Amino acid sequence: MTDKIVVDDVYKIFGPKPELAKELIEKGYDKAQIFEETGHTVGVQQASFSIHAGEIFVVMGLSGSGKSTMVRMLNRLIDPTYGAVRIDGNDITQMSREDLIQLRRRDMSMVFQSFALMPHQTVLENAAFGLEVAGIDRSEREPRALDALEQVGLKANANSYPSELSGGMKQRVGLARALAVDPSILLMDEAFSALDPLIRTQMQDELIELQKQKQRTIVFISHDLDEAMRIGDRIAIMEQGRVVQIGTPDDIVSNPADDYVRSFFHGVDVTKVFTGGDLARRDDAELINDPNADPGSVRDRLSKNGHAFAVVLDNGEQYRGVVTAASLASVNSLADAYVEVEPVDEETPLNEVLSSVAHATVPVPVTNGGGKYIGSVSQQFLLQTLDRTR
Amino acid sequence: MADASQYKLFAFNIGDGVEWLVNWIQTHLPGLLDGIAGVIDFIVSNLEHLLLWVNPLVMAAIIVIFGFWRAGVGFGIFCIVAMLLFFQMTLWPETMSTLALVLASSFVALAIGMPVGVAMARNDMVERIVRPILDLMQTMPPFVYLIPAAIFFGLGKVPGTIATVIFAMPPAVRLTNLGIRQVNEENIEAGLAFGCTPRQLLRKVQLPLAMPSIMQGINQTIMLSLSMVVIASMIGAGGLGNTVLTGIQRLNVGLGFEGGLGVVLIAIVLDRITQTFGTGHSSRVGLWARVRQALGSGGDSQEAGSTS
Repeated sequence: MTDKIVVDDVYKIFGPKPELAKELIEKGYDKAQIFEETGHTVGVQQASFSIHAGEIFVVMGLSGSGKSTMVRMLNRLIDPTYGAVRIDGNDITQMSREDLIQLRRRDMSMVFQSFALMPHQTVLENAAFGLEVAGIDRSEREPRALDALEQVGLKANANSYPSELSGGMKQRVGLARALAVDPSILLMDEAFSALDPLIRTQMQDELIELQKQKQRTIVFISHDLDEAMRIGDRIAIMEQGRVVQIGTPDDIVSNPADDYVRSFFHGVDVTKVFTGGDLARRDDAELINDPNADPGSVRDRLSKNGHAFAVVLDNGEQYRGVVTAASLASVNSLADAYVEVEPVDEETPLNEVLSSVAHATVPVPVTNGGGKYIGSVSQQFLLQTLDRTR
Repeated sequence: MADASQYKLFAFNIGDGVEWLVNWIQTHLPGLLDGIAGVIDFIVSNLEHLLLWVNPLVMAAIIVIFGFWRAGVGFGIFCIVAMLLFFQMTLWPETMSTLALVLASSFVALAIGMPVGVAMARNDMVERIVRPILDLMQTMPPFVYLIPAAIFFGLGKVPGTIATVIFAMPPAVRLTNLGIRQVNEENIEAGLAFGCTPRQLLRKVQLPLAMPSIMQGINQTIMLSLSMVVIASMIGAGGLGNTVLTGIQRLNVGLGFEGGLGVVLIAIVLDRITQTFGTGHSSRVGLWARVRQALGSGGDSQEAGSTS
């Protein structure tokens, strides 16, 4: 995977003498102490990470954590005080104004929390804004803007004014405006935060759908963990201007770096985050790779290895069934001993796996789309996981 | 009683200084003064000739149609009444002369004031310098600068216009500045994020979004120039102000009232019409839509038109 955006030891310090504040940061002072000592506000400090081409990278944090400052340094709406931001290998902090303007017109566009549409322009003119600024003729930019409006389902409203639209529709226009220039990078600053929950979920789905059609590098700012989990390929969590953890949604939920990160999960339903595949384990099951094996020998292996159950697979690791010592008693073939349990798909969210696991007499097998055995979810391990992420 | 001069620190006399400056400008910069006078005379005289050249009935009809189109049926009727009053008072030429003076001085005030307002909005240093000058222009009693205006430009419409410009320009500057500074930060960011140059940002984002405020400034400038009409007539600017002035000099209550009523009517007409330009696209009701709604082919649209 290639790195599209590389943030290299970036600082943003607001105030006339940033070197004073930087010195204190290096001595380990926190934001509040630095403000008290020097009157400088630390926006972002010691930020280093890279964003892969084509991923949705969510930057998450509470208000004041520096996430909005962070995203604005990616297109230099805010100039970093120290450090480098490289896009496709070019350090934008060293770019001339002209090159920067070209970069903004060609490669990146932005979607804003409060939409930031131009009230005096129609929906179509708004969608064409980036193209207009880039000096593209009306005859070319209007079809392209219409295309973008079609992608967000607003083609019919092209001649309306923003004041005539609902919040969700306005943000679709904001999205269309960003898509119309066909950028490789999309910066979304709390883009869905101002929308009501139902519309927000809908927009998230649409964003994921758009991303399937054409992979862009999306940097998405959010304060909402559910949103981050839903759409993020990877998540960076910021606190006090610092990036405290970067990882996939699963990584972060299962191994939070500190109490701050953990505190985000209060009230978050982890059963929506985890899937059957995340909890599947193979180590407590006896694996039988031959559906025609003798039931007696299987029973011997169970008692010898101290396993409560065995999973029967054929040679392609295809799942066949689960047997236990009890079910193996007085049967002639393994197939007759299969316990009644329905395997679940590895993509099934945990909240749908819960009841199968609760009602099954054995750990529930998990398979992938092709029927291959992944592992089993035991009641004990499920409870442990829920307890750990509480 | 103490001598007023006993606390004076320097022999220098402020009044003398100003007098010296006025004399100096008059003797050393006659070309500049003539240039200014030429430009302003050109604008005012031609505008006045144009307004008086058009047949009064045609001119009145144009004003009525404009009022009807921009501000609705009720205001159209008001315009008809106002025009009939002008004819009834036989003040048509004076009215046109005043209108020319007001429009010309508003034009000059805006032509200078709006660019200054833009410069103020974009540069804090400019704002710090310009702001006290605006305070001075607004609080200095207008009679005070009638004197140098008359010295520089003699009597007539030119000094009247210049005095009016000085008096009427500050709101245009202030409201342009304010409007641009109040543009939503995210809209500015959006402009920049999509690659606007500073000039594009001004033209495509800041000015359009500041328009309601700028239109308020234009409206205020026009209103203030109207309020200078009587004062400007003291140095020979003519028009309705002159009618009022004559009324005062002869203690003729009726004449004074007629002149005053004329000024008020022009003020209302100009105010209502210019107000409609500041409210954005929603008030852009087409002339035909107005005609249709007047003919009553849609009660709903009349409702919608009158709320804008």
